[in-house]
This record gives sequence, C-alpha cells and structure tokens, in this order.
Amino acid sequence: MKLNLNPETIQLARKYAKSIAADTQHFIDAHTTVAVERTVCRLLGIDGVNEADIPLPNIVVEHIKEAQYLPLGAAYLIANAVAVLGKAPQAIAEGICAGRVDLTKIPLEEEARIKKEAFALAAPSLEKIRANRQARNALAQKYGDKNEPYLYVIVATGNIHEDVIQATAAVAQGADIVAVIRTTGQSLLDFVPYGATAQGFGGTYATQENFRIMRAALDEAGERAGRYIRLCNYASGLCMPEIAAMGALEGLDMMLNDALYGILFRDINMKRTLIDQFFSRVINGFAGIIINTGEDNYLTTADAVEEAHTVLTSQFLNEQFALLAGLPEAQMGLGHAFEIAPEVKGGFLFELAQAQMAREIFPAAPLKYMPPTKFMTGDIFMGAVQNALFNAVSVITSQKIHLLGMLTEAIHTPFMADRALAIENARYLFTTLHGLGDELHFKEGGIIQSRAKVVLERACALLAQIDENKLFATLERGTFAGVKRSREGGKGLEGVVAKSEKYFNPFVTLMLGGAS
Amino acid sequence: MIIKPYGDTLNDGKVQLSFTLPIPNDEKGAQAATRLAAKMGLTAPAVAHRKTLCDGFTFYVLYGSVAHSVNYDEIHVQAVEGEAMTMAEINDYICENIRRKIVVMGASTGTDAHTVGIDAIMNMKGFAGHYGLERYEMIEAHNLGAQVPNEEFINKARAYNADVLLVSQTVTQRDIHIANLTELVELLEAEGLRERVILICGGARITHELAKELGYDAGFGAGKYAQDVASFAVREMVKRQDKMLYNKQ
Repeated sequence: MKLNLNPETIQLARKYAKSIAADTQHFIDAHTTVAVERTVCRLLGIDGVNEADIPLPNIVVEHIKEAQYLPLGAAYLIANAVAVLGKAPQAIAEGICAGRVDLTKIPLEEEARIKKEAFALAAPSLEKIRANRQARNALAQKYGDKNEPYLYVIVATGNIHEDVIQATAAVAQGADIVAVIRTTGQSLLDFVPYGATAQGFGGTYATQENFRIMRAALDEAGERAGRYIRLCNYASGLCMPEIAAMGALEGLDMMLNDALYGILFRDINMKRTLIDQFFSRVINGFAGIIINTGEDNYLTTADAVEEAHTVLTSQFLNEQFALLAGLPEAQMGLGHAFEIAPEVKGGFLFELAQAQMAREIFPAAPLKYMPPTKFMTGDIFMGAVQNALFNAVSVITSQKIHLLGMLTEAIHTPFMADRALAIENARYLFTTLHGLGDELHFKEGGIIQSRAKVVLERACALLAQIDENKLFATLERGTFAGVKRSREGGKGLEGVVAKSEKYFNPFVTLMLGGAS
Repeated sequence: MIIKPYGDTLNDGKVQLSFTLPIPNDEKGAQAATRLAAKMGLTAPAVAHRKTLCDGFTFYVLYGSVAHSVNYDEIHVQAVEGEAMTMAEINDYICENIRRKIVVMGASTGTDAHTVGIDAIMNMKGFAGHYGLERYEMIEAHNLGAQVPNEEFINKARAYNADVLLVSQTVTQRDIHIANLTELVELLEAEGLRERVILICGGARITHELAKELGYDAGFGAGKYAQDVASFAVREMVKRQDKMLYNKQ
C-alpha cells in the first residue's frame, strides 16, 4: 500500500458508515413509494401506455393509491386479482385502464394463496434477467477483459437513432462503455416515457425501447470490433427502480444510481429517493449491473481541495447502502473526479493522492473516475492538456470506469470528432505511461501521503458526526456540495407511504436471495 | 482599420479549422475538404491532418488564409456599460445609494439541470477567485438551483421581494434557452412585474445583445463574474428606483 493509510481509521470510517446506513435502512424498510410499486407492476409484466400516453404501471398504481391501498403493495392486489379472475397482470391492467376492473373491490384470497401466486408471477421476469446476465457474461468472456481503465464515452444527441450512429462510431474508435445521456428534465418526471424517441434536449429519453435499440446496436458494433461493449444509462430521478428494472430486462451493464445525487442536485425528496434507491440497487445487484455513484458532482459546486473528504465520506456511505441491497464490491462504481483548479500549486499531487486513496480503500470496486468539467473553458487546446493529466492519474492509479474528458466540454455535447480526439488522448497516455503505477512509490510522509491521510481523517470525523446526527439531519445542514435540503421538501414526497403489516414485494425477497 | 486574422505577419489572414465530413478517408475526401474550405473564403487551403473516425466519417484539420476582411471601425457593440466595481465598492455603493440590503434571486430555469453557471455567480465561494453574491454583506442572495419552472421562479421572486432576478441557461440545443427565456419575460409582463425587477440572464452562449433582444436588462456570458453582474444590477436599480419594488418601503 503506497499511501501508508492507517487501516484502523479506514475500519472506523466503515463502522460509522455502516451504522448510518443501517439507521437509514430502518426507515427505508418501513416504507414504499409509487415508483417502487410501479416497478413491481413492470416486473409482473405490465407494460404499454393508454391513449393519452400514460404508462399502464402509473395507471395501476394511481388506482391503488387513490383507494388508499398502496400500503398493501401492488404485488398483493395484482396477485389476488390474478388468483380470482384467472387473467394475466397485463390484462388486469388493461381492465383497470378501461374502468372494468377495480383491484380494491375483488374479494381477498387467503394470504398464502396470494403469495404463492405472486411468486409464480414474478418468475418470468427473474428468469429473463438471469438469462440476460448469463448471456452478457458469456459475451464478455468470449472477447476477454482489459486491465486498463474502460474508456467511457457519452452520446447525447436527443435522438436514439442518431445516438446509435455516434455510439457505433465511438466503438470503432475504441470506446469500451457507451452511456446514453438522458434528456434534461427526465429525472423529474414521475413516469417513464414509452417507445423509441427522437426529441430530447441535451440527451435522449431513457425508455425501454431506446435501451433495446442501443443494446442491439452495441452488440453488433462489439462483434465487429471484437470487444465486449458495455451500455450505461441512468437509474436516477423519480423513477430510479423502474429504470433499473428496464435496464435489467434489456441487458444493460451499468447504471448511474445514487440517491444522494438526486437529493442534492435535483432536489428530489430524500425519503422518496432513498426508498427508491434501495429497490433499484437490489435489481441492479441481481442483474449483475455495475452501479455508478455520483459523489464526483460535489466538486462541481464545492471546492475540490477543501471538500475532498466529503467525496470519500459519500463513497463510504454508498458502499454500505450498496451492501445492504446485495451489491458486491465488484459492482460498486464509486465516483470521484479530477476537479482541482489548474492554478493550485501541486494540484496534480492532490489528484494523485485522492485517486490512489480511493483505489486502496475500495480495492475491488470498479472506481468511476470523472474528468475535469468545472475548469474547462472554451480554450479547447488547454482542455486537451487538462484531459491528458486526468488520463495520467487514471492509468497510474488503476481506475476502472474512465469517463473520457471532452476538449469541448464547456461548449457543446460531444461532436463525433471530439470523442475520437478524447479516445486518442487517453490511449496515448495509457500506452506511454504503461507500468508507471507499479514503478512508483510515494515518499514517506511526503505531500501525497500526507494529503491522503488528512482527507481520510476528515472523512472519518465527518462520518462520526453524521452517525451522531443521522443522515437526514446531515443533508439538512448542507454538508455535501454546500447544498441544504429539507426532509419534508423536494419533489416526490407525496409518493411515499408507510407499509402495512401485510405488505410484501416478491422481487426484493427473490433478488436478495442471490443471483445464482 | 481593415483587419484580417494574424498568423505571423500583419493581414496574412491565417486561420486553422477542423471539421468532420461523412465520407471515407482518401484523396477524394481531402479534395472535398479543401474545396469546402475554399468556399468558406480561404485561399490556399491545405489539409494538415486527416483521420478516420469510423467507416464513412473523416476528421480534417486545415490551414489557409482568409480572403475576407472586416472594417474594425464600423463595429458597434452593445455592451454592459460601466466598469465593474469590487465587492467592497459594491457593498459601499449599496449602503450609500440604496441604504438597505438588496435581494438577488437566481436559478437555472426551465428544464435546464446545470447549476454550474448560477453557482459561479451566487455561491459563497464564487469562481476563479471571484467571490459569489452570497459573500456580499449588502446582498441577500437566494440560489434556487436547477430546473426551476418559470412560474415557480416568479412566485419565489414575489415571496422574497426580489430586486434582481438572475436566470442561468446552459443547455442550448435546438434553441431551448430562447423559448424559456422569452416565456419568463412574457410571464413577468403579464404579472405586471417586469419593470419592477432588474432582469438578467447568463450562460456560456448568452450575449448582452441577445439578452436585450429578448427583453432582459442585461446578459452575461463566459468570463463574467459576480462583481460584473452585481455592478450592473446596483447601478441599474439606482437608475430605475422610481419604478422598482423597493420603493414599497
């Protein structure tokens, strides 16, 4: 271990993080949300939209919510309806849509009978997700893995068909991961749009059909390139678990998944999104999808030198929340970023310290490393240099999910050529610096070791404080990213209800049981 | 004065440009790139570099001399008037001329999820060594963050009794920012509030000229900091004080 970090401090920080997550989990376990129940509907096979483009899962859950039955959970009522009416969930949903079926007026069967029905209904989706996972693994094995960081690029044209052209080009240039950026504003929609879409702003709608189209395109491009190409999208915002389910059903490899990000940067209510996060991570975990967490964003508003410890703090928290949802470390793409101001003397050393520290504290996690954004300007020539330094830190410290910096970051969503230049830049640095990380040792008690020590100690102290105050109160104080959020404020609180004693969600039970 | 780009000799007109063409990387493609550059007004255009991006797409870097020139003396630009004051000077200016704290409210409005612009102007820390408005003693600053609908923005402006409204727009695909900025002006006018506030927009793609055209008092683009915005706002408040909300007191 190059940084000579104190293992006791790391252990203590983990202990606090575990206690914070466990405390929050008590709250999560006692509640459900409209998004969680819509996800249950989707996994039970309910899909499609009505004539007004409202998704059927929304119609079913609104129907249950209006009758005040949400505390029972959608699975309970739908399984009961299936048992009594002898129809499939989709037919029942269509019946609700047409006003022919009222779930809450159907006499309730024996609880054991309902549960048996629910578990049987859950099987096909689970089987499909399990098969996707196996097929993905087989493909990845066929092409073999790489030791270097994965080159991650984004496409953001707003039109899924144009995205396919851009993504295919990026694969030909050498990209390993393609993320389809979502249209601005989607995180605040309390439903998931349906079908293929061609009109987005700063990104493309996350829909199940768009997922399918991009998955097929990347599989084809990957076959031509002889590499396994990973597809990433965003299980974030008000529909976290629904989008996680769609990603699982369509064979995605990676999903952004971070409630703290939604709370801080999208003003989504903390209760709502932490409950949603749990189920979405259970689904991601079962599907073998790597989550990407968003603490790197703290540094876009807070100072990267002064607030570096909040990033580490959040990584510790995300790790514990992920473990509670059954995600192994190999599926934790914990985030951090290269965001120190160019004029900071020795800034590169601090970046090295931070990246190496994350590597040593989370040795098995495929760390997600974000490029400079805050200090990128219209000076694309300078931008290329900033990105080169970022690439250097990434390869020296063995980061895994390497988000390529675009030299036009401050100007527009990437042109095809911007992406090619970024890949060329990263490949050059990865090639020319190959092996440097293994050769380097940091000076005992030098700038890099001392910096990592201070950041770890501050993170540990902050975790101790959060453990005392609890997570909700901490978010109300503006500890992360300098943003304050109230536990009763933000978007989506009206979609949270306390579970009744009879509540059950067959998918949590089945998926937490393990993927094997 | 007639001017052209400067390479290493006055008026040699030298420029560099790069672009991608949807064609294969070969001699014919290079010829296409050269012809295109000639049509753009470059004399002796030369492809310095070409590279295949993927099947059917090629990236070109070209150099050439611009045949065109402009008369510098004929250009008149709408710019924000007045030198920017320092934070201390702005605080003093408010004390002397307005004699109370002023209320500045800002947000990234519409569906725009980017806070980097509004944060650079408003957050305590500011940007690139320029403190944000939250640091100003005589300014009560409220940063509403991102994705604030225009209606909610106006409601909050009333609730805070805001003197100055700052609107940040980062996403400009398909001119979404124009539609959103225009809607805000229309809503403010409909509510009879437009004349009673200083209305300012900002963002990497915003110019003062565009802002004026859309009905804003000023626009600030890249390279402008909190004190540029605040200097304009406080001077404008004093200039317009008979119309502004703050006479309510």
